[in-house]
Amino acid sequence: MTAALRFDPIRLPPECEQLRKEVRKFLADEIAAGTFDPHQPNREDTDAPEFSRRVGEHGWLGMTWPKKYGGHERSFLERYVVTEEMRVANAPTRRFFVADRQSGPVLLKYAPEHIKMDILPRICRGEVCFAIGMSEPNSGSDLFAAKTKATKTDGGFLINGTKIWTSSAHIADYMIAIFRTSPPTKENRRHGLTQFLVKMKQPGIQVNPIGQITGQFEFNEVVFTDFFVPDDHMLGEIDGAWKQATSELAYERSGPERFLETYYVLTELVRAVGPKPDTRSAEGIGRLVAQLHTMRRMSVSVAGMLQAGKEPVVEASIVKDIGTIWEQQLPHRVRDLAAFVEENASNRETLEHQLSFAIKTAPKLTIQGGTTEVLRGIIARGLGLR
Amino acid sequence: MAESENIVAETAEKIFADLADAQTINRDKNGGWKAPLWQALTESGLPLSWVADDLGGSGASLAEGFSVLSAAGRFAVAVPLAETMLAGWLLAQAKIASPEGEMTVAPASPRDRITLNADGTLSGRARGVPFAKVAKHIAVLAAGGNGFSIALVDAASVRIEAGLGLGGDASDTVTFTNVAPITIKPAPKGFDQTVLMLMGGVARSLQIAGALESMLDISVRYSNERVAFEKKISKFQAVQHNLAKLAGESAAALAAATSAADAVANSTSFDDAFFLEAASAKIRCSEAAEKGAAIAHQVHGAIGFTVEHILHRYSLRALAWRDDFGSESYWAVELGKLVADRGADELWPLVASR
Repeated sequence: MTAALRFDPIRLPPECEQLRKEVRKFLADEIAAGTFDPHQPNREDTDAPEFSRRVGEHGWLGMTWPKKYGGHERSFLERYVVTEEMRVANAPTRRFFVADRQSGPVLLKYAPEHIKMDILPRICRGEVCFAIGMSEPNSGSDLFAAKTKATKTDGGFLINGTKIWTSSAHIADYMIAIFRTSPPTKENRRHGLTQFLVKMKQPGIQVNPIGQITGQFEFNEVVFTDFFVPDDHMLGEIDGAWKQATSELAYERSGPERFLETYYVLTELVRAVGPKPDTRSAEGIGRLVAQLHTMRRMSVSVAGMLQAGKEPVVEASIVKDIGTIWEQQLPHRVRDLAAFVEENASNRETLEHQLSFAIKTAPKLTIQGGTTEVLRGIIARGLGLR
Repeated sequence: MAESENIVAETAEKIFADLADAQTINRDKNGGWKAPLWQALTESGLPLSWVADDLGGSGASLAEGFSVLSAAGRFAVAVPLAETMLAGWLLAQAKIASPEGEMTVAPASPRDRITLNADGTLSGRARGVPFAKVAKHIAVLAAGGNGFSIALVDAASVRIEAGLGLGGDASDTVTFTNVAPITIKPAPKGFDQTVLMLMGGVARSLQIAGALESMLDISVRYSNERVAFEKKISKFQAVQHNLAKLAGESAAALAAATSAADAVANSTSFDDAFFLEAASAKIRCSEAAEKGAAIAHQVHGAIGFTVEHILHRYSLRALAWRDDFGSESYWAVELGKLVADRGADELWPLVASR
């Protein structure tokens, strides 16, 4: 067989069930206290520092990291449960989500000890927000065309250039970014980029918000002008960022956030059609639920592989490809199915409001964090076509 | 997968590779390959995998049997292996011993019903019964009296109108007119036609997923051989992306089917979570069959549309299997009703139950 794709039927272990109950209770209490409204998905845009600290207090940040850095040495499957419950509740996770999923693991692997000791416990306490500095005005999917320069100077590097589409940069305390330290070589166009830890909110960094079609200001342009980064903020090998980027993709691309971003409209549709749906609604809902169930099984399966120490890059790319297209189409399918919902359905206004927001959100889902085209390129490579 | 599952599946794979090679079968117009294949399968005890030793079977586990069905799907096996396994499993539910030879099950659609008459005979019509024409015996689930009964019926005692499924395999209409069964016993408590349809659906899901794996395999291979516009077609991005989508559909089918099989093998009750697993597998695998077969054919171009090429053995069977034991439309309606009945706030707890 060419493609030995594996999606073993991984089941969440019993400890996950207790954890799930705790997370649901916590979220119900937060909703009752008015921290957030689960029916208002756009609130996910807002920064919720106090909520973030409380999540940290419960031990739900840095769950898989070593205890010496403030982590909890729990499994990826346990982290999975926390992530999906937060996502389904539309909890305001902006402050900690990127740090917990992505930036922390990068620091764990590549940062010097004193930086790990300084920053990782603060991530676990829900105190710090991270942004990721990848795209530039002329370098998006083509990551290795990045031009923002890091020039060697006494004790560090001077950064000049512009990052763009940087989510949360306006509230972030840190950014993990790639900068150009050398030109690419003839043999390897990916050579010459280096990963750095950048402390935000300092002179030399200007953050300009960019309005999105949803009405949110969630991403930004970040301009660096002779901004100084000390030597010990370099992460990993100089000129070798390309070697570090790929293995992390499985973490970034296979989680429940890759198919649950517009999930709320499905819940509202079920509420709107009531307990006795007509055949058309029943079939539509049945198909969507079967598709959702299948993606979740694939995603949990990848989490199981990560827990087993594997690097399922192709499988993770498949999850994101299928998952993001599904969550992108979901509001449109729900709109189709809601067309004949009773005018007097009690949640009609909520559903319409949510559909409007979800339909406006939809286009970004297959772009952010690796476009559909990039993912299919990775899958094709896995199949031995490139 | 446990070691023993591998051994049973490997036995099946080896027999399929030796005696059910797609290329060889495709050239054999007289079906001369069927008898040796069936004989080898029988000698290995595979058709009665799910029947305990004391009921005449080989006593393999549910999981082992499911791995045989995955392999059967990968080879698009066109003898009643899955059907005999299901029939043996159904009979075993009522502790009825399985006879030798090919069997099938009736009904094979959730919309057909066989009834048990007061005099102990069976009546009713079952459409789309796979391989009925070939079967020596039929395992029947009949409604009537107090709940359901399971019966072993001699195929010679029913009327069979021959039909052909999309894949060219027998898909027949079986009419029972006051038919006296060889043996009949009550079904166990809670066992009804839905359970039989879900079990059949999981079997078909595994076969579809297996066929999609093979479609991906031969499509990738072909794209690396075929040259057009002076390069291998695998080097065109449009073709690469189509194959990536086929890989995604194959992966989705595999994940849904193996998860449902695992749920069946480890379930102690037929609860909502079990229904979600089994119904979703049939729905999603059927959708994958449609999307996947279309891409596999697109990649192959005209050659894949010929009877000489082996692609249709997989593509048409995968499409045909969608119809058996309830189509994706049928199960989607049933699943949608279940979800609506539980209510909006109980949807996520159902999805996240395992």
